[in-house]
Amino acid sequence: MSKKLTIEPVTRVEGHGKVTIQLDDKNNVTQTRFHIVEFRGFERFVQGRPYWEAPVLVQRLCGICPVSHHLAAAKAMDVIVGAGTGEGLTPVGEKMRRLMHYGQIFQSHSLHFFHLASPDLLFGYDALPEKRNVINIAIENKDLAVQAVLMRKFGQEVILRTAGKKIHGTGAIPGGINKNLSIKERDELLKGPNPFNADMMIIWAQGAIDFFKNYYKKNKDFIDNFSKFPSNHLSLVRKDGALDLYHGVLRAVDANGKKILNDVDYQDYLEYIREEVRSWSYMKFPYLKQLGPEKGWYRVGPLARLNTVDFIPTPLAQKEFEEYKSITGKVSNVCLHTHWARLIETLHAAEMIKNLLNDPDLQSDNLVVKGKKQKRGVGLIEAPRGTLFHDYEINDDDQIIKCNLIVSTTNNNQPMNEAVNYIAKNMISGKSQITEGLLNAVEVGIRAYDPCLSCATHAYGKMPLEIILINSNGKIVDIKCK
Amino acid sequence: MSTFVKFIIDGKICLSEEGKQLIEAAKENDIYIPTLCNYPGIPPKGSCRICTVLINNRPATACTTKVTENMDIKTSTPELEDFRKAVIELLFSEGNHFCPSCERSGNCELQALAYKYRIAVSRFPYFFPERTIESWHPKLIKDHNRCILCKRCIRGIKNNEGKTIFAYGRRGQYLEINIDPETSKNISDELAEQAMNICPVGAILVKEKGFITPIGKRKYDYNIIGSEIENQ
Ligand code: SF4
Ligand code: FES
Repeated sequence: MSKKLTIEPVTRVEGHGKVTIQLDDKNNVTQTRFHIVEFRGFERFVQGRPYWEAPVLVQRLCGICPVSHHLAAAKAMDVIVGAGTGEGLTPVGEKMRRLMHYGQIFQSHSLHFFHLASPDLLFGYDALPEKRNVINIAIENKDLAVQAVLMRKFGQEVILRTAGKKIHGTGAIPGGINKNLSIKERDELLKGPNPFNADMMIIWAQGAIDFFKNYYKKNKDFIDNFSKFPSNHLSLVRKDGALDLYHGVLRAVDANGKKILNDVDYQDYLEYIREEVRSWSYMKFPYLKQLGPEKGWYRVGPLARLNTVDFIPTPLAQKEFEEYKSITGKVSNVCLHTHWARLIETLHAAEMIKNLLNDPDLQSDNLVVKGKKQKRGVGLIEAPRGTLFHDYEINDDDQIIKCNLIVSTTNNNQPMNEAVNYIAKNMISGKSQITEGLLNAVEVGIRAYDPCLSCATHAYGKMPLEIILINSNGKIVDIKCK
Repeated sequence: MSTFVKFIIDGKICLSEEGKQLIEAAKENDIYIPTLCNYPGIPPKGSCRICTVLINNRPATACTTKVTENMDIKTSTPELEDFRKAVIELLFSEGNHFCPSCERSGNCELQALAYKYRIAVSRFPYFFPERTIESWHPKLIKDHNRCILCKRCIRGIKNNEGKTIFAYGRRGQYLEINIDPETSKNISDELAEQAMNICPVGAILVKEKGFITPIGKRKYDYNIIGSEIENQ
């Protein structure tokens, strides 16, 4: 008799999802799916609203990375008010937004690595659930836990001073920003009493990379082989090929590093990217049009970014990038290398924050530019979890009439499904007993992508994950909930 | 010469000119009575009822009452406070007030009153009415979702010929205040700005100006509504 395993809810991810694993009589995996079971619909209810409301309205679809949505929408609105496509803003306009964004990257990456991912690494994916959580990190590794909380707090404080609030601020407006950074605000971040300043954040970010590298030395086999499969990789890159999380051109490489999307203008993304709908998930499946849905799916996020870029434009992160590349090769298709890549980006974000804080442009008053009004605007940004697309069309009366959002997690939909499939086939298939640890292994694979399922479906509520076991007659045999 | 009268508000002996609007007379004596449809300088309407106080133990609206000698006024009995809360909650229930994405957030009198009275949720069911946005005007937007029908705009905003630029449209429960295409033609930027500012909520917006005031600099970010009067 065949069975179906369901992991529901998936835990330590943002949002609500479930996994189903279909087994035959011999417990061999025949089919796996990662379903997203929540729905929100921001693309619909933004219709009719005045265009300048979008950056503030649409960010509400997420409480973890609202800044990314806020900025992607603001970038689209820059195009609409004729302020150019990312390079036309005044120096203070662009740099305040960058500072906000790097604060966001820093806090989100810290949150993910320390709070969500590290329990699996420190205690093992098959440790008891009551052990495998952030509370035990705090008990057993107090210094690390304190750092984790303060790193996240620092990122949030950067956001507060640029967006006006730690969550759901209003800083970016079409054509620029509504405030600059006062000297007082700058010094609070730059020269705050230890450990709360930009220099310490750089040191701690380096410490986090060292922590991972040490772990990697001891667990190389596990990290390198836990989940790996070839895929394309996509991200924005700066025009000169540098890592740039705020703005750039679209680049994609294949599993061997060959460029398959060659630094194109993202205003034309619809010429290169398509989305497929499948009946069993509220999350769409994007792919590169030229390769079709079967072969054109791609990964986004830290792993993809370090595969697409040529270098990192801050010295300490660049050094780490070189070391990472010397070990992982030209392109990494290994899921758990994502954690390493994420930490290198965390260091880069800390360096960028420090550089920006030292930039006197941030005290300028020339906050906004506008030019000839346009009817459509596309804004892309590298959110913590990967490339985020916002696309809006307005009518003659300044109302939004159309909106398309492709969220980072949506871009990673197929890769997460692949990860589930890979882990199920390699770790669960043929086993007579399916333990909770094995089911958590499936979640570890998903978790590496730091998915935000609420964002991806533009949804409401908390995100638990469920695993369901179904027999060959389609009857539910077992349900495991987290 | 004007005559001064003596009256009592919440036990405090007050002085003001005879015949003054009670709201103003209270203000002169550092006492805040909440208002919504009232606006200084334009004739009172008495439509929102939030300024209801007890005058010699009988309820009356402070915006439409003139102060007289020996009036005994109570502004905040538990019953009155609950009544005011209910009025605010009703307004939230009746319209579509999504503060998180409204550009008047932080500058909105309705929101500020809700904070003052610590309203987290309305006790009345939400209507979620289907309302439209009027955005054909080159300078203004009228968002009917947020309009509380206080009519401050109709009473306070006039064009060069002294004609109101807003007009009643539809009837009964569908009543709405529209921008008059004739009288609002060629209005100046200043008048458009005044129209936005006279509206207590975010129902009149000047186009393309949203969110230019950063959080922290908005009127009610750090100050409870009325505190500027009470703390004088
Ligand atoms: S538009 Fe504003 S001022 Fe006019 S009636 Fe509505 S709420 Fe009152
Ligand atoms: S303020 Fe007096 S009735 Fe509205």
